[in-house]
Amino acid sequence: MLSSAPRLRAILLRMAQSVPVVVGVVVISFLLTRALPGDPAVYFAGVTADAESIEQTRVAMGLDRPLLQQFFSYVGDLLQGDLGQSLSSGRSVAEDLAKRLPASLELTLTALLLAIAIAVPLGVLAATRPGTSVDHLCRVIVTAGVSLPTFFTGILLIYIFYYLLGIAPSPLGRLDFIYLDPDHVTGFYLIDAALMGDWETWRGAAKQLILPASTLALFTLAPVARMTRAAMLTALSSDFIRTARAAGLSNPTILYRYAFRNALLPVVTTLGMVFSFALGANVLVEKVFAWPGIGSYAVEALVVSDYAAVQGFVLAMALLFVALNLVIDLLYTAIDPRIGFSSR
Amino acid sequence: MTEISQHPVAKPRGNFDHILYVLRGNPVTLIAFGMFALLIFSAVFGPALVPYDPLATNATNALQPPSAAHWFGTDNVGRDVFSRVIVATRLDLSISVAAVALSFVVGSILGCIAGYWGGWLDIILNRFLDTIMAFPLFVLAMGIVAALGNTIENIIYATAIINMPFYARLVRAEVNIRRDAGFARAAKLAGNSDLRVLAFHIFPNALPPMMVQVSLNLGWAILNAAGLSFIGLGVSPPTAEWGIMVAEGANFIVSGEWWLAVFPGLWLMIAVFTFNLLGDGLRDIVDPRKRT
Repeated sequence: MLSSAPRLRAILLRMAQSVPVVVGVVVISFLLTRALPGDPAVYFAGVTADAESIEQTRVAMGLDRPLLQQFFSYVGDLLQGDLGQSLSSGRSVAEDLAKRLPASLELTLTALLLAIAIAVPLGVLAATRPGTSVDHLCRVIVTAGVSLPTFFTGILLIYIFYYLLGIAPSPLGRLDFIYLDPDHVTGFYLIDAALMGDWETWRGAAKQLILPASTLALFTLAPVARMTRAAMLTALSSDFIRTARAAGLSNPTILYRYAFRNALLPVVTTLGMVFSFALGANVLVEKVFAWPGIGSYAVEALVVSDYAAVQGFVLAMALLFVALNLVIDLLYTAIDPRIGFSSR
Repeated sequence: MTEISQHPVAKPRGNFDHILYVLRGNPVTLIAFGMFALLIFSAVFGPALVPYDPLATNATNALQPPSAAHWFGTDNVGRDVFSRVIVATRLDLSISVAAVALSFVVGSILGCIAGYWGGWLDIILNRFLDTIMAFPLFVLAMGIVAALGNTIENIIYATAIINMPFYARLVRAEVNIRRDAGFARAAKLAGNSDLRVLAFHIFPNALPPMMVQVSLNLGWAILNAAGLSFIGLGVSPPTAEWGIMVAEGANFIVSGEWWLAVFPGLWLMIAVFTFNLLGDGLRDIVDPRKRT
């Protein structure tokens, strides 16, 4: 038996566990599309359709067949990456989503990095100095942060930094029209512009990004800070820290090598939940800042009842979230040497 | 777990004293209770007390900044923002209370069944809840409203569905650990049916943590409903509702008319903040150990 085998088994087991969830997600998104009250053919035919074109759509989409048969053809389409046609753009939904996904990911990931960069040190400081002003600040931010409606924070930031102070660019999309879009490599403007060495464009893109990313970060900061603080408090009050202190280890060593590494595990778990919040809040932030991501795509589609586009978006988001949770759990396996030897 | 409902007769003063003690140590909770009373007051009496008709337009008086006559200013068609913000309290609170009540009832029933009888029912329920939780919840709510149709009732259903797993999980855990407890067995031996033991002996123990969840959830449900109407789902103009008012006001923020969006947004924030504080406070009363 290889020494790495138990961990490999744990990883494979964890990957297998996400299979039923993916199946469930597909079933629910199928039910949302087909089996609810209301006639999907009417939706898919669009708002201008008459009775005849609705009937045509029904037959063309196979909506006259039994439900189970419809489900299998739906899954068949999905396996080929076919999410249906968007009525408003005229292209396939999968194509539209793929084109707009990098914008959303760039925004969400920047916001998460920003939130972690602020929240983790804040949580650690609050835990090491309970009852001080840092601790109170942490408490206030944590409670206020989850109470802030993201769309409202965004509008407030626009008012302050664009209208009053005039230091932010107009909140319209990813790049001001005076710049050319960087060549498409990753779809992340910051990375693409850096790869081209075009720092002027990089600065322009960063300027556009900073407000929406801050808005999203303010929202995601709270749960991360709260979890970091709680996890650090638990770790600091445990026996191995007392032992380490008794053995005369220096304070920074105890804090970072002993307590922080142990506190990291619950924090990483929270990140999965935080990412779910962020993906939802993303929709609102993109609407406020006219950010051309998949969130604003779904909102535009909702307005014109472009049904296939909305359902494609919901499914894509769910699959993205399942994949991310899988990655986080695998990361967990990498951080925590105990996992893989237990019965998990 | 403090089993408050188990012996209310034995220590009636004890619980009350404990609540007073916790409140004294945490005046913020007291403030939260006060803010909560204010919200309920404006939801119940607001529409009767506001100075202007929230729907009455007055084109000659459009986009006025806050003044003595119009405390929160007027919007682009001359409606009084203050009246609209106060009147909207009733709609926003009703949506979230209805949604949370619905998820409370459905979640409790499902959680009780899964926790008490276990077996394949439990497995199926857990798989089902996992699947709901696998969606980013706001996105799922969007999908549900889009599929069911764009009405206020469907906003309520969507919000209830995405909140339901939290209740079902909580009840399932609370019921499951007491399924074979001494008092449950005694009640069963005394001739009570399974259903009676479950409903009157085991389930009440889950109520204190449920109350905390309800309070935290109410804030979240308001945010969710306002977010949905912000992107144009559910409530349609000219109805006064915080989310849609912020959305309408957003068009004027870049030209400096801040009061259109800021006041409804502020009220929304205050409402959510109140419920979050209340939830934290209740948690301190119910279970001091979970305080973070």
